[in-house]
Amino acid sequence: MSVTDEELAEQHEAGDRLGAPSRLRVVAGRFFGSFQGRAGFALLALMFLLAFAGPFLGRWSYTDRDFTAFLAPPSADHWWGTLQTGADVYAVTLRGMRRSLVVGLLAAVVGTTLAAVVGAFAGYFAGWTDRALTWVTDLLLVLPAFLILAVMSPLFASGQWPLFVLVLALFLWMVTSKIVRGVTISLREREFVYAARFMGVRPTTVIFRHILPNMSSLLVVDATLNVSAAILTETSLSYFGFGIQPPDVSLGSLIADGTRTALYAPWTFWFCAGLLVVTVLAVNMVGDSLRDAFDPASGRGRR
Amino acid sequence: MKGYGGLRAESAGRPGTGRADRDDPAEPPGPVLEVTDLHVTFGAGAGAVRAVRGVSYAVRPGEVLGVVGESGSGKSVTSLAVMGLLPPHARVTGSVRLHGREILGADEKTLSAVRGGTISMVFQDPLSALTPVYRVGDQIAEAVRIHRRVSRRDAARRAVELLDLVGIPDAARRARAFPHEFSGGMRQRVMIAMAIANDPDVILCDEPTTALDVTVQAQVLEVLRRARRETGAAIVLITHDLGVVAGSADRVMVMYAGRPVEAGTVDDVYLRPRMPYTAGLLAAVPRLDAAERPVPIEGTPPSPAALPPGCPFEPRCPLAVPACAAAEPALEPVGSPGHLAACIRAEEIEAAGGAPLAARPPGALPAEAGAEAAAGVLPAGAGVPARTGGAFGGRAPEEPGGRAAPPPRRDREVVLAVDDLVRYYPLTKGTLLRRRIGTVRAVDGVSFDVRERETLALVGESGCGKTTTLMEILRLAGPQHGTVTVLGRDTAALGARDRMAIRRDLQVVFQDPMASLDPRMTVYDIVAEPLRTHGIRRPGPRVRELLRLVGLEPGHAARHPQDFSGGQRQRVGIARALALEPRLVVLDEPVSALDVSIRAGVLDLLTDLKARLGLSYLFVAHDLAVVRHLADRVAVMYLGVIAEIGRVERVYAAPLHPYTRALLSAVPVPDPGVERSRGHVLLEGDLPSPADPPSGCRFRTRCPLFRMLGGSERARCVDERPPLRMLGDDHAASCHFAERSGAV
Repeated sequence: MSVTDEELAEQHEAGDRLGAPSRLRVVAGRFFGSFQGRAGFALLALMFLLAFAGPFLGRWSYTDRDFTAFLAPPSADHWWGTLQTGADVYAVTLRGMRRSLVVGLLAAVVGTTLAAVVGAFAGYFAGWTDRALTWVTDLLLVLPAFLILAVMSPLFASGQWPLFVLVLALFLWMVTSKIVRGVTISLREREFVYAARFMGVRPTTVIFRHILPNMSSLLVVDATLNVSAAILTETSLSYFGFGIQPPDVSLGSLIADGTRTALYAPWTFWFCAGLLVVTVLAVNMVGDSLRDAFDPASGRGRR
Repeated sequence: MKGYGGLRAESAGRPGTGRADRDDPAEPPGPVLEVTDLHVTFGAGAGAVRAVRGVSYAVRPGEVLGVVGESGSGKSVTSLAVMGLLPPHARVTGSVRLHGREILGADEKTLSAVRGGTISMVFQDPLSALTPVYRVGDQIAEAVRIHRRVSRRDAARRAVELLDLVGIPDAARRARAFPHEFSGGMRQRVMIAMAIANDPDVILCDEPTTALDVTVQAQVLEVLRRARRETGAAIVLITHDLGVVAGSADRVMVMYAGRPVEAGTVDDVYLRPRMPYTAGLLAAVPRLDAAERPVPIEGTPPSPAALPPGCPFEPRCPLAVPACAAAEPALEPVGSPGHLAACIRAEEIEAAGGAPLAARPPGALPAEAGAEAAAGVLPAGAGVPARTGGAFGGRAPEEPGGRAAPPPRRDREVVLAVDDLVRYYPLTKGTLLRRRIGTVRAVDGVSFDVRERETLALVGESGCGKTTTLMEILRLAGPQHGTVTVLGRDTAALGARDRMAIRRDLQVVFQDPMASLDPRMTVYDIVAEPLRTHGIRRPGPRVRELLRLVGLEPGHAARHPQDFSGGQRQRVGIARALALEPRLVVLDEPVSALDVSIRAGVLDLLTDLKARLGLSYLFVAHDLAVVRHLADRVAVMYLGVIAEIGRVERVYAAPLHPYTRALLSAVPVPDPGVERSRGHVLLEGDLPSPADPPSGCRFRTRCPLFRMLGGSERARCVDERPPLRMLGDDHAASCHFAERSGAV
């Protein structure tokens, strides 16, 4: 198979032009090409901006107490009103959202990644790998997650929220990993996986290049649901007084407090609840568009 | 649609095809089913898909109408529309008359009374057409009781009768079995039994044998003939297989892009085609009985959502003139009575005696010359993909020369040697406490070798172990028993590094091009994957070269596999296999998932690449006609063992094993004359389970020769496993009485 140097040079040049866009760029292009993707991303970015830059706009910090206004409705002084303790709702809500966003998103991503990796390895390798990983999965499934989180809550008290995220994620992945394992077992028998194996691609590469991308819609949907699940788990933990410890606040602890006064002082409840809804909505929109972006067959309608 | 009147009027004088099983009435009765100007459209507006565009036909009692077309030609949608089974969003216009009564658009009650009673249907996939949780006998009895007021007992008795009629042995007992206990062919018989349960007047068969093996296909076609004899029903046989139609139908209608493009008696259409598409299709079918290479039709069928304004075949037609693109030609009578063709040049072709296309095969020209002539006939712009060589330079060597060039077989290097390969699978029961209850002998002592620059085909029906053999070779690990030697290296003794090195030289092309290409990757990434895996950093130029080599536009590299047609996808698969310049390519049914008109193009490409790059192929197939055109040597497998092996010409001309003989005779030939005069060796029964193979000779339970033997000779077949005996120059068979197989 010989080619002249000229031809080779020409092909080099042409080949570089030919270099098809990488998968990441294709996905990003498709994601931002859809209105829903752009809107979801913008909304999520707005939430982050609000959570991290918003507090600088207000006059009050989340630790401040205004002893002249207990449970006051929204006014020029307190934009979103105050709580029973005199704390500014705007300040504490944004502080709480900061925690919840980070905890929710991180726990979801970590949880889904763990599920994907464990499930795919168990399904692809079968045999002892499968048995060991399935055993671990089953073990974690039967452990009472809530109780363990409650017992460990003192550890999270002093700004150890990354540990909290990890423990939260550790209890989020098992069911998904079982589904991933099942999907992997069926994908493993597909011809394109055989093709990759027979050309000498290493098993781990096969998993990350062929198996996981082909279940990306499952994973994206799962991650989206996990964001809500993580935020809600954290909320319920905080409701019982575990999880994020005072004086730090989270959306969960705020909603828990707010429910008691929601009827006669709606501002204590609606702002934090509304932000939670908007956040989850934005995450869902992003997830939906991501799923479409990952699937090259979508966007041309049903066949 | 002016022409169909002629079809109805003139086909009344149905030509006697001289078959014995026909009871020709003196006065031809009126048509039982009449379809007139049927249109089916899915969706609306610019994206509307016009799946069927003006189909008209009529069938008389006892007549078999073959409807032939490639996928997407609208042949199945037509039959679903006739049955009123299309989803509500499909817009159906035209007329469907059953015994003169309009049933198109009739209410559900009328249709239910007609369906399964007067008109019934046999579907392609017999597994999904039967309910898995009910007994087979009950399902047939139910079909009877829906349309007739009979007692449960009588219905059950009728079910047994019907099962007996379709040739299910021990029908009374088998009626109590569940569908999963039946083989594919048996299930299709059950479907036919259900279809004829109420003595229908019309049976619509939608690809009734496509999912079946050839020997079983022959059995099922025989059952259909018997069903027609018993019920006197008209049969509409929808299929893509021109051979099936040639042997079974009286008249044939060829469909293309949702329209009939040619119709007439089987003899007229097959021997005197007047529409270039029909002629092209006939030339594109690999034939068992002819050595000519099939000639592909250029291009791909048009998308039903974006049809050209003129004749839909014009872009692919070798005889197209500018007038063809102006308007779509109507189906007009041409030549003999009842023969219709939708081509403005049909008269010219008629006057020339079919000359312009008869220059192409099937005809007098030898293989290569035929292909060259075809290339000359074709429009220059289209080019023959297999020959747009690109960087490899030069044209393909002439085939005869290419064959003669390599040294004799025994002097060439052995690239793959398989010796006494065995693969057993344990059959286990229970999930908690697994216990072994048996052994599936998928491959049971197979030996063959492939030499440099040669193609060995492994053929056999499903379940014969050919794919298992392939996987054992591709695994490159030590087999359970026996040895596999790839390029001189025993696979049992390979280290990781050596295995990787051998993978470079051993590549594979899979059957289903959709399943073997990762749908999430671009074509560029797919073709580049083997290159990157084996450490080539900048695969760009090579990918471009490979795409050109297999006849694809390098500019399409950024697309995903689903943007391509089936044939193009398979070319991507071939490009990927060739990326590392392998020496041995394993082809697992590379063309069986493709349409006939595209199949020949891919076969051409494979032949061409082999000659140009000096490849060796191990080719697994069930289609014996394809094997004939691609392989040098063939190994026929039956139930995990090789029944016969040898040079293709010898095996096909003078098969020694009774199984090879039966297999060859079961393949339908797309030529009505040949098909009628040919004797058929009809095998009885199904493939025995590989978990419990017969003792001695595996084939003896179905062997026609075995039944002709005397007692002591039979004992030898039962007790002694026949070895693969050399019976001629490079021709061996495993039969004790191979010398006498001519008597079958």
